[in-house]
Amino acid sequence: MAEAFGLILRWDRELSVIVMLSLQVTLSAVALACLIGLPLGALVGAFRFPGRGVITVLLNALMGLPPVVVGLFVYLMLSAAGPLGVLGLLYTPTAMIIAQTILVTPIIAALTKQVVEDLHGEYAEQFASFGVTARTRVAALLWDARYSLLTVALAGFGRAVAEVGAVLIVGGNINHVTRVMTTTIALETSKGNLQLALALGVLLLGLAVVVNAGVMALRVSAVRAAYA
Amino acid sequence: MRDTVMESAQDCIASILTARSLGFAAGGQVLLQGIDVDIAKGKRTLIMGANGAGKSLFLRLLHGLLPPSFGTVRWHGERPAKRAQAMVFQRPVMLRRSVIANLRFALRVQGLGWRAREAGAREALEMAHLTEKARQPARLLSGGEQQRLAVARALVCDPEILFLDEPTSSLDPASTQMIEDLVNAAHARGVTVVMVTHDQGQARRMGDSVIFLHAGRLAEEGPRDQVLDAPRSEAARAWMAGRLYTRNDF
Amino acid sequence: MLRRHLLSLALGTVLAFGAGTARAQEFILVQSTTSTQNSGLFDHILPIFQEKTGIEVRVVAVGTGQAIKNAENGDGDVLFVHAKAAEEKFVAEGHGVSRADVMYNDFVIVGPADDPAGVAGMNDVVAALSKIAEAQAPFASRGDDSGTNKAELRLWKMAGIDVQAASGGWYRETGSGMGATLNTGTGMNAYILTDRATWIAFGNKGDYRIAVEGDAKMFNQYGIILVNPEKHGHVKAEAGQAFIDWVLSDQGQAAIADFKVDGQQLFFPNAGG
Repeated sequence: MAEAFGLILRWDRELSVIVMLSLQVTLSAVALACLIGLPLGALVGAFRFPGRGVITVLLNALMGLPPVVVGLFVYLMLSAAGPLGVLGLLYTPTAMIIAQTILVTPIIAALTKQVVEDLHGEYAEQFASFGVTARTRVAALLWDARYSLLTVALAGFGRAVAEVGAVLIVGGNINHVTRVMTTTIALETSKGNLQLALALGVLLLGLAVVVNAGVMALRVSAVRAAYA
Repeated sequence: MRDTVMESAQDCIASILTARSLGFAAGGQVLLQGIDVDIAKGKRTLIMGANGAGKSLFLRLLHGLLPPSFGTVRWHGERPAKRAQAMVFQRPVMLRRSVIANLRFALRVQGLGWRAREAGAREALEMAHLTEKARQPARLLSGGEQQRLAVARALVCDPEILFLDEPTSSLDPASTQMIEDLVNAAHARGVTVVMVTHDQGQARRMGDSVIFLHAGRLAEEGPRDQVLDAPRSEAARAWMAGRLYTRNDF
Repeated sequence: MLRRHLLSLALGTVLAFGAGTARAQEFILVQSTTSTQNSGLFDHILPIFQEKTGIEVRVVAVGTGQAIKNAENGDGDVLFVHAKAAEEKFVAEGHGVSRADVMYNDFVIVGPADDPAGVAGMNDVVAALSKIAEAQAPFASRGDDSGTNKAELRLWKMAGIDVQAASGGWYRETGSGMGATLNTGTGMNAYILTDRATWIAFGNKGDYRIAVEGDAKMFNQYGIILVNPEKHGHVKAEAGQAFIDWVLSDQGQAAIADFKVDGQQLFFPNAGG
């Protein structure tokens, strides 16, 4: 066991490439998912329109999407035999970002909807009194809910960084190209190197702790300023 | 149709806002009905009445926050939406931003440019005696300061009418005084004031005329002294005397 | 501002990857199996090839069944697997250009030290499987249509045993890769058929030992195939062929023979043989 953690602590170039790729893929996917999910969730949360209930149910259901299914779907899209095969994206980090974006967007959107809906309940009359436009309403709600939405983004980050099913299928776990922490853990497990796999798992956990702690620190200062 | 147009054209001479046969129903219950009033331009009109009389609802209908179920509200003979008006709520709704950012937001909604926003926000801060607190989170201000900011924020919108829904009901006398000063200063600049209040003392200090509601109907209206000192309706008489009046079949 | 920041972060990253892919040196994609990957063979031979030709080889290591499926979809330039019949079918259907033998390793049956079926030391695999079935000793199968799985089923057939009838009883299909099956199988005290390479490199052996080995029926032939560029226009035929030619060349074959784990040679080159 000590030996496995020693390997982690020595932190060679190989390991840093894997960790950096994990972060790059997951942070990109979460950022893209926020770009789509925040406005989408805010629209659903701040406006009443026909079909709103259907969208809400759909978003909530999609939160439970199995990563393997997303991976399979993206594989079929990006495969040379698939409709987007010409792009040549299969087995690249971009494919992994796409898969994780699909996985995380419903989570961001559904949780954003909840946060924005609650805040809008508080702001609605004041906004109506100001006569704000739809666009300003969405922008102001997203901005004023920004610290709560950080937690939403964290939920997305947690799901994406821990996920192995989707990135394994569309990334292929190619050494130095698409190998990330979770696929490495799966690989080391299949090689029977359970202690190394566990040590990598602990490292992944540590990474998640660092990211979460950073965001929480930000949130705590926001709460102190009554901004959250 | 022609009749209503003629009628409102006449009303316009002295009034900025007219309600005709105004009513509101929700959940199968009629909460407000048959209200005909004219809000005089440049005056301070107070809306009074017991709890549940429909005062806040009436104010929201006048402001255009709610669509009337019956009747009409006309602004210079037109619908009130998108008019130069602003409202201060009983419990101030502070955006999760700094004091000055709350003012900037209201100014930006008015479509003002950056320079005008900064100037307007600074001026409003001074008016509300909040310059020192410009950078503080608005939600950490005291209740009195928050309400001052709310009034200042409403006034930067440069409204023709300022609506206030019991703005001082939870404030101490000093804070109440500052709010009244702000409102009176706006009135002095020509802003029409429509305010809901429970406070007879405030009514005497601030009111030009009083609209008295009871159980969703107009009990009486008239100049302040007449309604406060010599109310004609049984409901207003009872209320002024501090008695509970439950009849609603007047 | 937060959103603008997120936007630039996202675009920046995507662009960085895009640019990175465009700038990358020439590479080919090889669909291969977990046995070659997990044993470390590729880590040994690919750098030699890249040094010589400048071509980077990216390996997707999955079960032979899935590797063939992926190659049929055109997702790969070269197929490097071990299931001769399926490979020949792949070529016959026009998905591949031609098939060449590369090397072989052998399968072994590993089992727990207490040896419940009493097969330790046997070298007749058919007889050993019969004994396991008779004793109804647990047997873990990959059950994933991989090359190893196909070889195992062929051996059961030779022994005349219908394992499907025992499925869920003493015959347990894990439906996963070799490593996962070894992890699962050792956990339930089952016999497991595995390729020797994966076994030697496997790090979670516990009290398991090789029980049955040395039967010619357990030789495991690897073949290499260029995915047909006439069927899939984007296949990097030239670079792919260069890799195949090198693997089959004296230098490539020597590199394979050189690869040792714990002093043991795992793969035996037999190109052209």
